[in-house]
Amino acid sequence: MPEAEVVTFFGLSTEIIGVWIAACLTLAIFSFLYRDNPIYKLAEHIFVGISAGYGVVIVYQESVKPDLVNPLLHPAEVGLAHPNYLVLIPGALGLLMFSRFFRRYDWLSRWPIAFVMGLYSGAAIPATIQAQFIEQLRGTMQPLLPGLVDISVWTAFSNLLLVVGVLCTLGYFYFSRPHRGALGAASRVGIFFLMVAFGAGFGNTVMARISLLIGRVQFLYFDWWGPYVYGPIHALFQHVGGG
Amino acid sequence: MNFWERILALDRRWVYVGIALAVILPITLGLEMTLGTTSPPTQDFYDAVEALKPGAPVLIAFDYGPSSMPELDPQAKAIVRHCLSRKLRIICVALWPTGTALARDVLSSVGEDMGAVDGEDYVNLGFKAGSVAVILGLGEDISDVYPQDAEGRKTSGLAVMKGVKSYADVPLMVDLAAGNSPFGWISYAHERYHQKVAAGITAVMATDLYPYLQTGQLVGLVNGLKGAAEYEDLIHHHGMGVRGMSAQSIAHLWIIFLVIVGNIAYFAMRRASRE
Repeated sequence: MPEAEVVTFFGLSTEIIGVWIAACLTLAIFSFLYRDNPIYKLAEHIFVGISAGYGVVIVYQESVKPDLVNPLLHPAEVGLAHPNYLVLIPGALGLLMFSRFFRRYDWLSRWPIAFVMGLYSGAAIPATIQAQFIEQLRGTMQPLLPGLVDISVWTAFSNLLLVVGVLCTLGYFYFSRPHRGALGAASRVGIFFLMVAFGAGFGNTVMARISLLIGRVQFLYFDWWGPYVYGPIHALFQHVGGG
Repeated sequence: MNFWERILALDRRWVYVGIALAVILPITLGLEMTLGTTSPPTQDFYDAVEALKPGAPVLIAFDYGPSSMPELDPQAKAIVRHCLSRKLRIICVALWPTGTALARDVLSSVGEDMGAVDGEDYVNLGFKAGSVAVILGLGEDISDVYPQDAEGRKTSGLAVMKGVKSYADVPLMVDLAAGNSPFGWISYAHERYHQKVAAGITAVMATDLYPYLQTGQLVGLVNGLKGAAEYEDLIHHHGMGVRGMSAQSIAHLWIIFLVIVGNIAYFAMRRASRE
C-alpha cells in the first residue's frame, strides 16, 4: 500500500484537524440527548450530505470508471487492446434510470428496473429457497431419541426443544383455525418461545448500542482528549511551572 | 406523588447520565475484566482459521460502514492479525462503498505491525456495486470482477493472487457485516459454490444468524464487541474489544437494574390502582 503523504493546512496536519472535527461533531450529535437543538441539526445535515457525496464518488471511482468509462475511453488502463462497446448496453440501461426526473419519459425507467428484477429474481429465488428454506428445514429434522442414534441425552433434549419450539411457533402463526384445544395450547407455548427470541434480540440490540457508545467514548478519550486537549494543557502547565 | 410514581416519572436524561458514567468511568480508569469462557461460535471461527494451511488465501468482505466501526473494527483487526500470523494470504473485497477505506485502514495498521507486504501478503480489491452479481461473479473469475485492486494495480499480476481464480481456490470466506450481506454470501457463495463462510457481525444481527450456524451454513460467528474481545483473547493480543468489555459489562448491569426497578414500579403502581 503506498505510503500516505502528510498533508498540512495552516501548519496543522489534516489528521489533527480531522480528529477535532470528528470530536466536535460527535459532541454535537450527543447534544440531542439533552434536547433537540440547532447544533445537532447541523451535525445531522453534514452527516447526510457527506455520506451521500462520499457514496457517489466511491461508486464512480470504483464501479462506473473501471467498468464503463475506462473500457470505452481508456481501454489500455483495463488491459484491453480496443474499446469494449458492449458496456454501452448496461451503461444505457443505467442512464435510463435518470428518465424518472422527466415526467414525459419516466416510463423508460421501467426497462432497467424490469431487467434488474428479472435478473435478481432468477438468481435469488432458487438460492433463497435452498439456503433459507430447505436447509433450515433440514436443520430442524434432528434425532430425538438417544437410544436410536449416537447422541447424548442432553443433545436429544436440546433437539426436542428445537422441534417443539419450531412447531409451537408455527402453530401461533397458523390463523386458518381458531386457537382452541391443542392448537391453542401449542400457540401459547409458541408465544413463550417468541418471547425468548425477542428477549435475546433485545439483549443483543442493547449490547450493540452500548458498543457504539463505547466506540465513541474510546475515540473521544484516546484519540482526542488525551493527545489534543489534556496532553497539551498538561505540558503547558508543566512548562509554566518549570519556567 | 409516592416513590414508585416518582421512579416512573423520572426524567429519561438521568438514565442517560447513568449510562454515560457506566461507560466513561471504566474507560478512563482503565478497568479490564476477565472474559470468562469463549462462546462456541467464536471458537469455531478461530478453529476454522487455524485449520487452514499456511499460504492459503482467505477472502474477507468489509460490508460495513463507519457507524458500525466500534463493533466490527476490533473484529476485523483481530481476524486479519490472526490470518497474517498464520501466514495466510488475505484478499479483501467490499459490497459497501465505505468498506474500501475501512479495509485499507485495517490492512495498513495491522499489516505494518505484522511486517506484511501489500500485494504479497494481502490485497484490498475495494468496492464493487451489484452485491449479488459480485458474489456470483467471484465464483467464476475474481479478476473479471476486479480487474484492478483499490490502488489501481492489475489484480492478476499480484503475488497474493497467484493461483487464486475463484471460490474453488479459497478455503474460507469471512464476511464482516453490518447489514444483510451474510444472507447473500450464504445464499450464493455457500449454496451455489459450496464456499465455506464465516461471519463477523454486529450484535443486532446475531439472533438472525444463529440458525445458519446450526445448519452448518456458517462455520463460525463472531458476535459484536463481545465476540471481538473473545477473539482478541484467543489470539493473545488485547485491543479495543477487550478494553471495551468492562464498560459494556457495567452498562449492562445498569440497564438490568433499570429494567428490574421499572418492572417493580409498574407492578406496584398497578397493584395500588386496583386497591
